[in-house]
Amino acid sequence: MTPNALSGAWLIARKDLTIELRTRTAFLSALLFALLAIVIFYFSWDPTAVPASDLAPGVLWVIFTFSGLLGLHRSFGVEQQDRAIDGLLSAPVAREAIYLGKALANLVFVVGIQIVAIPAVALFYNVAVIPVAPALVAVALLAAVGLVAIGTLFSSMAVNTRLAELLLPMLSLPFFVPVVVPAAQATAKLLNGRPMAEVAVWLRLLGAFDIVFVAVCMLAFPFTIEE
Amino acid sequence: MTGSVAVGDTPGSRTRTGIAPVVDWFLVAASAAVVGTLVRAVAFTPVEMRQGPAQKIFYIHAPAAWVAFLAFGLVAISGLLYLWLRDPRLDRFAESSAEVGVVFTTVVLITGPMWGRPVWGTWWTWDARLTLTLFLWFVYAGYLVLRGAIDNQEQRARYSAVLGALGALLIPFIHLSVYLFRTLHPQPIVMKPGAPSLPGEMLVTLLIAFASFTLLYVALLRARYRLAEARGALAYQEGGDA
Repeated sequence: MTPNALSGAWLIARKDLTIELRTRTAFLSALLFALLAIVIFYFSWDPTAVPASDLAPGVLWVIFTFSGLLGLHRSFGVEQQDRAIDGLLSAPVAREAIYLGKALANLVFVVGIQIVAIPAVALFYNVAVIPVAPALVAVALLAAVGLVAIGTLFSSMAVNTRLAELLLPMLSLPFFVPVVVPAAQATAKLLNGRPMAEVAVWLRLLGAFDIVFVAVCMLAFPFTIEE
Repeated sequence: MTGSVAVGDTPGSRTRTGIAPVVDWFLVAASAAVVGTLVRAVAFTPVEMRQGPAQKIFYIHAPAAWVAFLAFGLVAISGLLYLWLRDPRLDRFAESSAEVGVVFTTVVLITGPMWGRPVWGTWWTWDARLTLTLFLWFVYAGYLVLRGAIDNQEQRARYSAVLGALGALLIPFIHLSVYLFRTLHPQPIVMKPGAPSLPGEMLVTLLIAFASFTLLYVALLRARYRLAEARGALAYQEGGDA
């Protein structure tokens, strides 16, 4: 990864974030979706049988997964208009830089949702997140990297098919499992006040998965945008 | 998947498109071998002492799982080879193997709960191997949907090669992340360090079942490959006309 590729990636991320900042359609709808889902999940369990704090970790990760997909779909969806992707491909940047830039913009998107959704879950589900905040941020960030690494690759594939919106979750969700399982487990342990050593195991697993997924998806990405 | 026009088809797809034989004798022989194996399993193999007749489903379940893993492994390998060599025959092989693999995985997922209910007392459990098989089914069913959603032959081959290879990579990760749950599923009994822990006659039946199911896999793969080849040739002709 040369400095040139990194600055190329940064430029692409900035381009995507500027588009999103000016239109705000995807982010606001994903955010609204996340808040709605938080509320609806609350009513889909019997509150006398299951305490709300036990549901919170599961709710959080279901929401991040699905609202993240909304942003991921848009990631390469915006390049479809007027074949903007051709301009990107003919730009003097490496394919890996395009992947990194897209993934970085998607990461900002998912983290943006987390910044609102985690306090919302803390509020509605009456969970004390302040004492475990640093560790929770680490879990959320590590898992977001994994989700985005996988989702960016599949987004680039799905937009070129006839079933774009449907195919992205169909392809991504099975691959999200190894990320969501440790993330949800770590979140549950944190919110239940378990010792840090139990959480650290899952954090290390998440970190290892992230490294593999980012590397593999970056290697596979150039094959999805050959013309 | 569909017979739609594939514009980017390569001349390689024109090779060897002879008319398929009326009766696929290889497929008939393989089916007969599987039927023979099941007859042996039901009538001529001792009944397991504790599980009773329910254990007979083992002779379908285990070999079907073996074939499913073999099929998906070959999808992944041919996908990687395709990304390197760009030979459309590799793509047709991967397509055929994935479809046969999904069928066998479906058999595993249906026979598993049927066996689990009387023996474990539950239809399903989120054990590492069950979860893994279920997600393999999801990935490769998605693989078939992906193929159906792309018209361009070259692009379809490239995308499915990427997904096919990633699907195999997913196995250790799901296994690792779900492994924490204590497992109900029996540990390997044949392919393990040390001697197989199965009585002689049952072991023979099991090995015959592995062989005949593998034979059926090859026969179905052959038939499906012929279909893929014919479709490729048709698409090429239609593309050439247009």
